[in-house]
Amino acid sequence: MKHPSQAEIERRKIVGINAETVTDNTTTDYPGHWPGENHEWNIDTFRDNFQVEFHQNDPLLASFSLIGVDASIANAFRRIMIADVPSLAIEYVFMANNTSVIQDEVLAHRLGLIPFKGGREGLHKFLKWYKKPADGDEDPGNFDYNTIRMELNVECTHNENAAEDEEDPNKLYHHANVYASDIKFDPIGRQSQYFSGENAITPVNPDILIAKLRPGQAIECSMHMHKGAGSDHAKFSPVATASYRLMPTIDILQPILGADAEKFSKCFPRGVIGLEKVTRREAAQKGSGYEGHEGELKAVVKDPMRDTVSRECLRHAEFKDKVKLGRRRDHFIYSIESAGQWESDAIFLESIAHLKEKCRKLEGQIVTMVR
Amino acid sequence: MSREQYQVPTGGKDSFGGASGGGTNFAAEVHAPIFYTCGDCAVRVPLEKGAPIRCQKCGARVLYKERTKRMVQFEAR
Repeated sequence: MKHPSQAEIERRKIVGINAETVTDNTTTDYPGHWPGENHEWNIDTFRDNFQVEFHQNDPLLASFSLIGVDASIANAFRRIMIADVPSLAIEYVFMANNTSVIQDEVLAHRLGLIPFKGGREGLHKFLKWYKKPADGDEDPGNFDYNTIRMELNVECTHNENAAEDEEDPNKLYHHANVYASDIKFDPIGRQSQYFSGENAITPVNPDILIAKLRPGQAIECSMHMHKGAGSDHAKFSPVATASYRLMPTIDILQPILGADAEKFSKCFPRGVIGLEKVTRREAAQKGSGYEGHEGELKAVVKDPMRDTVSRECLRHAEFKDKVKLGRRRDHFIYSIESAGQWESDAIFLESIAHLKEKCRKLEGQIVTMVR
Repeated sequence: MSREQYQVPTGGKDSFGGASGGGTNFAAEVHAPIFYTCGDCAVRVPLEKGAPIRCQKCGARVLYKERTKRMVQFEAR
């Protein structure tokens, strides 16, 4: 059994990025690829090599790295976050009156896309799915545990106190603009236990413009909200974006000095490349490329994570063969932006629970298949 | 519910739809004015049966029917 060196293992993890091509983009650490080497998947090896690093964790934006997982797993999490983690959105609109210029269907569609927030316990534990009746099936009925009722009643009127020469419609009329904050929550049954005070169901962004009105026009409707999954409609997706990118690597192979170093740092986003003075010891070292350059500025890699991998440095002849760009194939930098109903990191934890559940179901099916 | 089963709900005390079909009371209708919207000044104009089609406020002769009071259901998709 051959054991590759640590340097060789690191080398195999790098995706090469050249001016016009990308190389080695598939994983090779599976059984049978490298003759005489054991690449069997092993839980202990995985546990030893797997790492999580948090870069940012705010309620609406989480950024972290998963190091040591395969792209298939990383992508499964991303897809589950977008399409499987449930959230609450307006599903039915009951239009009693709408004399605004925006058509009923369009208004209903706009209302559906507004993100709402509310008490987390009520949203994730108390609220259950509303199963849409198939043709011929009986309606499961709307109950306090599967439906949230919202109301929107606005009428535009003249503002008697407005100045004579006023031209701003917002001052000239009452309710010239209908905002998401005009939608009122109407608790039913036990909902007042879970969704009262600051836990009430309200729009995440109160200033979303829904419609514009002029005097005499009115919108009067009630809405039913259900829990749903992003696979059904994007309005149910709990994330604004959930994406990952691979960790960039920048290797400076030969010293880049002086004016070249400054030009080199300008090829990258700010903070990626730093400029340092060549020390006496480096200058004294034979064959290092620094001989006789003591005190000059040299380019050093400071923070490759911030690089956008624009490949700008590969366009310039003076950096030819002096730099090697790449990406680490097993280092995923996630960026998860919550739409407001979940904490952004909780969405990721929920996606893990979903993947576990899927695996459990698959296991059961395989067992019955083998039998 | 299919379209055929549906019966238009009617306002007022004396419904003329459904079972009471024969004994329709037209007198009650005459007293209930129907509202229209003026095409010029957008004011709500009550009109009784036989009244001239004219806005009481600005005298315009174009009146629009009001939107139905019937509730309409939409899917927010």
